[in-house]
Amino acid sequence: MTKQRISLALFTVLVLGLSAGCGKKIPPPPPPAPAPVPENAPPSTKPVISYFTAEPSTVTVGQPSSLRWSVADATSITIDNAIGEVSPSGRRGVYPTATTTYHLTATGPGGTAAADATVTVSTPPPAPPPAAVQPTVQEILAKQVQDVHFDYDKSDIRSEDQAILQGDASALKTVFQMDANFAVTIEGHCDERGSAEYNLALGDRRAAATKDALISLGVPGDKLKTVSFGKERPICTEAMEDCYARNRRAHFSAAQ
Amino acid sequence: MRTLTISFSLFLAIGSMSARQQVVGTIEKNPGKPLIAVPDFRAAGTTAPSLMATFNTTVQNDLLSSPFINFIPKTLYPLRIPQVPNDLAAGEASANAKPAPTPGYRLADWYAPPAKANYVGIGYGADDRGLLVVFGYFYTTSPTITDLQQAQVFAKVYTASLDQAGAVDAAHHYAADILAQFGGQSLIGTRIVFVSDRTGSKEIWIMNWDGTDQRQITKYGSISTFPSVSPDGRTVAFTTYANGYPAIQLFSLETGRKLPFYNQRASMNAFVSFTPDSKQIVFSSTASGGAAQLFMANADGSGFRRITNSGVIEVEAKINPKTGTDLVDVSGRSGLPQVYRMNIEGADVQRLSAGTGEATNPAWSPDGSHIAFAWTKGFEPGNYNIFLMDAITHDTIQLTAGEGRNENPSWAPDGAHIVYASKRGRQSQIWMMNADGTGKHPLTESGNNEKPVWVNAAK
Repeated sequence: MTKQRISLALFTVLVLGLSAGCGKKIPPPPPPAPAPVPENAPPSTKPVISYFTAEPSTVTVGQPSSLRWSVADATSITIDNAIGEVSPSGRRGVYPTATTTYHLTATGPGGTAAADATVTVSTPPPAPPPAAVQPTVQEILAKQVQDVHFDYDKSDIRSEDQAILQGDASALKTVFQMDANFAVTIEGHCDERGSAEYNLALGDRRAAATKDALISLGVPGDKLKTVSFGKERPICTEAMEDCYARNRRAHFSAAQ
Repeated sequence: MRTLTISFSLFLAIGSMSARQQVVGTIEKNPGKPLIAVPDFRAAGTTAPSLMATFNTTVQNDLLSSPFINFIPKTLYPLRIPQVPNDLAAGEASANAKPAPTPGYRLADWYAPPAKANYVGIGYGADDRGLLVVFGYFYTTSPTITDLQQAQVFAKVYTASLDQAGAVDAAHHYAADILAQFGGQSLIGTRIVFVSDRTGSKEIWIMNWDGTDQRQITKYGSISTFPSVSPDGRTVAFTTYANGYPAIQLFSLETGRKLPFYNQRASMNAFVSFTPDSKQIVFSSTASGGAAQLFMANADGSGFRRITNSGVIEVEAKINPKTGTDLVDVSGRSGLPQVYRMNIEGADVQRLSAGTGEATNPAWSPDGSHIAFAWTKGFEPGNYNIFLMDAITHDTIQLTAGEGRNENPSWAPDGAHIVYASKRGRQSQIWMMNADGTGKHPLTESGNNEKPVWVNAAK
């Protein structure tokens, strides 16, 4: 005899002994009930979406697309995007303004099924960014061609103005390439202290010296005119050295 | 209204003979300047009395501003003022009356202290048929002349419009007749051309020599400036930007119309000076390239030829009005601008100004003896005053000082007055002074006025 059989036997003896000890006779337990019989189940298929398509699947804004579907075994079929309840099979025209995915939901006793159909709305290619605005010759003249200045009673180009002259030459060459008909007037000006008569001639020397310097830097001379305004057109009138210095200038303007 | 001056036969009065125009009596030569007394004239009539204050003030101003005479202040005059030769005759007649009459009716009363006059002018005004007439007399007080008739230098009637302008006109003529006795030349009929910006742009203007009747000549709305005038008083030349570049234009002062002028192709044409016969000009031009040089041409710009070749700035040529064969100009030969002299061919160049500071705006006196100019002598650039240089010795005296920036002097035809521009603060006005620097007073007040040029009476 195994230990298990021994244990079981002992257990049985014990139970019997205990129950025997109660002095009664325990009836044998009833046999367990048989397993319950299952009820009639409903059909087990979920709704079947045969198809849910959008034709054409790509449109441009304003063009229609047709949604088509066919669904079986469903009691409720809805399509979102405000289309709502639909019949099991059908089609619907749509006019999406942007790429839209339509979601069909079919619900039935067997469960729920869903499908998507996407209409891609293509937009015209975005316009290229506007071409970078090219400055006009007048703008170049106003912003890039700077005044040259002079010492009192002098018409020499000073060394400190060389960089300005070079910048002016470069801008002027550009201007004359951009517009073959454009010409520039170099105006010579003076401060208010000398006589108006002498200053008329001195302003002329300043304009001429500036023109010569620009020609030697490669600017076409036939596009450069000169005029003197003497001290008749000051840009400031304070009786102070820095105003005097500002007025002693060669200034560039579009030739009339 | 044009003033008519009529010499007439004096009304017949006791003992007086008719007097004629101009000098009748004797002009005493005095070692110093003659002392002149002219008491206020009064007037009879309805309108004339209200005009006599203007008459008297104008006569006094003209006499005060003359370098040929000394005008005696009215506070020194005798109390009784004679108005007509009859008053003087009555004075003579009562010379020995007892008691002695109030002084004034005798020429001797004017010769005596406190007046101490060498000459006295008397007269009166009146309405006459809608015109102002002024009777003007002029007497010597010399005690050596005892005859009243001989003592009368002149007697004249001046007729003018019966208004303020007429009173001014009559006064100018009377004063001119007095000054003519002492070598003073009349300025009547002379004018001053100048530049004014009062319309918003610099234009050429003209006015009478006394500042009245200011009129606009150009209306370009551009920059028109640097005027000069022909000696015959007929043409004004100036420089204008009306066509974009400083170029010369000529206008007739008689018609107010543009005259033909040929500008050479140049960035600058300016600063015209006429020869004494008004037929040719010297001017400044950049036509040769390089710095402005002097050119000579016919008055219409034709027939031009260059006369300087200095390589530096040559501007403001002024032809000698006496000789016509030499000129002064402003040149950069020494560096800063100086006044130079050369002959009309551009040779015999000589610097006249000292070489210090900046010397500009030279102007010949009518007799060629002096040159007025503007100079910064010893002061900072821009601080100009009017100086007078003897054309032969080059001795220089200063005429303005401490009264703004003074430039562009121009001589009156009498050689005794100078007109110039004075900038005080931000404004420039035209002033007149005697050629010795006394008697300065302004002629303009509206806008900025500059660059005056005296215009001879048209010949």
